This record gives sequence, C-alpha cells and structure tokens, in this order.
Amino acid sequence: MISSYLPLLMIFAIGAVIAAVMVIGSWLFGPKRPSPAKSAPYECGITPVGSARERFPIHFYLIAMLFIVFDVESIFLYPFFVIFKNSAPEAKLFIFIEVAVFVGLIAIGYLYVLKKGALEWEDPVVNVPAKPAQPQNETRLSA
Amino acid sequence: MGERIFFFLLAAIIIMASITVVASKNPVRSALALVVNFFALAMLYITLHAHFLGAVQIIVYAGAIMVLFLFVIMLLNLGSPDAMQETTEIKRPIAWVIGLSILGLMMTQVFMVASVVPTEAPEWIGTTENVGNALFSKWAFPFEITSILLLVAVIGSILLAKRRQLN
Repeated sequence: MISSYLPLLMIFAIGAVIAAVMVIGSWLFGPKRPSPAKSAPYECGITPVGSARERFPIHFYLIAMLFIVFDVESIFLYPFFVIFKNSAPEAKLFIFIEVAVFVGLIAIGYLYVLKKGALEWEDPVVNVPAKPAQPQNETRLSA
Repeated sequence: MGERIFFFLLAAIIIMASITVVASKNPVRSALALVVNFFALAMLYITLHAHFLGAVQIIVYAGAIMVLFLFVIMLLNLGSPDAMQETTEIKRPIAWVIGLSILGLMMTQVFMVASVVPTEAPEWIGTTENVGNALFSKWAFPFEITSILLLVAVIGSILLAKRRQLN
C-alpha cells in the first residue's frame, strides 16, 4: 500500500525543511561582508573565469569506471547480508562459499588495480608551475 | 486510488525528463535530466513492490553510471552546443520513423490487452530478502558469472585507459 510509504515522505520533507532553514537562516542572520574572492562561485582554488568545457584527464574516467565495478559488487552483498542469518544451516555453507568465490574473483581485480597503479594519481601538474604546462597536457590527454 | 495518482504523476515526470534528455542541446543538461528520469523510475519500481531494484536503480544508475556519463561528456569535450548541429539531414527522419513505429507498436499492445483485468504485483516479490533467496539458490551460476564480468570490466578499463604506459 502506498500509504505505508508516508514515513519516507516525511523524511524527505524533514530533510528539505532542515536544508531550507539552514540556507535561509544563514542568509537572514549571518554577517554580510562580501569581497570579490568570497563572491566567486568557487572559493577553493579553481579559477572561476574561462570555459567550463575543458577536457578532463582520462584518469577521472578510470576512477569512475572502477567505482562502478566495486559499487555493483557491494550491491550484491546487500541481499547476502539480509538472508544469511536466517538461512538453513546447510544452505549457509553453500551461500558462504558462493559469496566467497564472488568476492574472491573481484579481489583479484582489486589486486590487479593496485599492481597496475591505476588508483595512483601520477604526474601531478599542480606541483610543476615552472614548466610550461601546455605540451605536458597534450601528452597526458592523448593517452 | 492514491497509487493511480502517484503512477500518473511519476509517468508525467518520466516523460518530461525523457523529452528533456533528447531535446536539450546541452549534453550536461541531458545527463542531469536523465538523473531525474532514473529517480522517478526507481519510485515506479518501488510502487511495484520491487524495493531492491528501486534501491539499486538509485545507487548504481543515478549514482555511479551518471558520474561516468558526465565524465565521458567532459572527456569527449563536445564544445559549444552550436557546434553540435547535425549536418546529415537523413538521420532525423529515420529517427522519427523508428520512434513512431515503436510508439505505435506499444500503443497497439496497450489497447489490445486493456480488456484484460490488470494483476496486482504481490507484496513479497521484490524485497531484498526474496531477491537474496532467489539469487543465492536458483540463480547461483549467473551470480558467479557476474563477478567474472566485473573482473573483465576492471581489466578492460585499465587496459584502455593506461595504454600509454605500455609504449
């Protein structure tokens, strides 16, 4: 029945109200001493001027791709956690081995990721301001 | 009655979001409309008592896959929306023909089965517990194959992205 989802709706409503109160409250009661830096969209080192359509290094894509894989793995663990305790004893062993094989195979993938250094963020462009960044960017992006 | 109103509300949101996805000139805007679409679709799953599927829809699609979509959009660097004008005029009529024929096919199906009494999805069908019981007994082999699929995805993405280091 749809009415049984009313508590869920209430949680959404409370969340929205809390967010609105925080934003409106800080706007009403907070001190206002604006400066150009504070008014910039990002106050954390990113230049706010220029085109936003910039090519991203492929590393972001790689991290996102690996995230999906391990995200899907954790999705499959939810039903395992839910049913494992109440399963029959002989089914328990079967399910446990099943999940162990599943996690083990993906652990191989994880070791491969670590060995290949795919999670390491190499050639930090930020720390080499002396060099002209443009040719370095070219090689990095063409990968 | 409440369910029916909720369904039509969700259907309206899904249709509007879908139209935005295909009609928007800005690819990032299309991707964000797709997020709205995924969320509404997840709620539709939940009204069909498929709770696990709804949660997965949000966690995997609205979360992970959309991040990937946005990164791909940034990676491809499509430039300004004006640069994306379609040059070949043949694609547009073909797309209309295919889209309208699929719509027509679906409409005939809807109106042909409309006389049949609609069945209610059982309450128990999509709970995490039932999904788990089915997954770890009857569908054990597909479940294990999934892990190999994920392993292939890991290796493939690393090979594609890190080819530079080989040469």
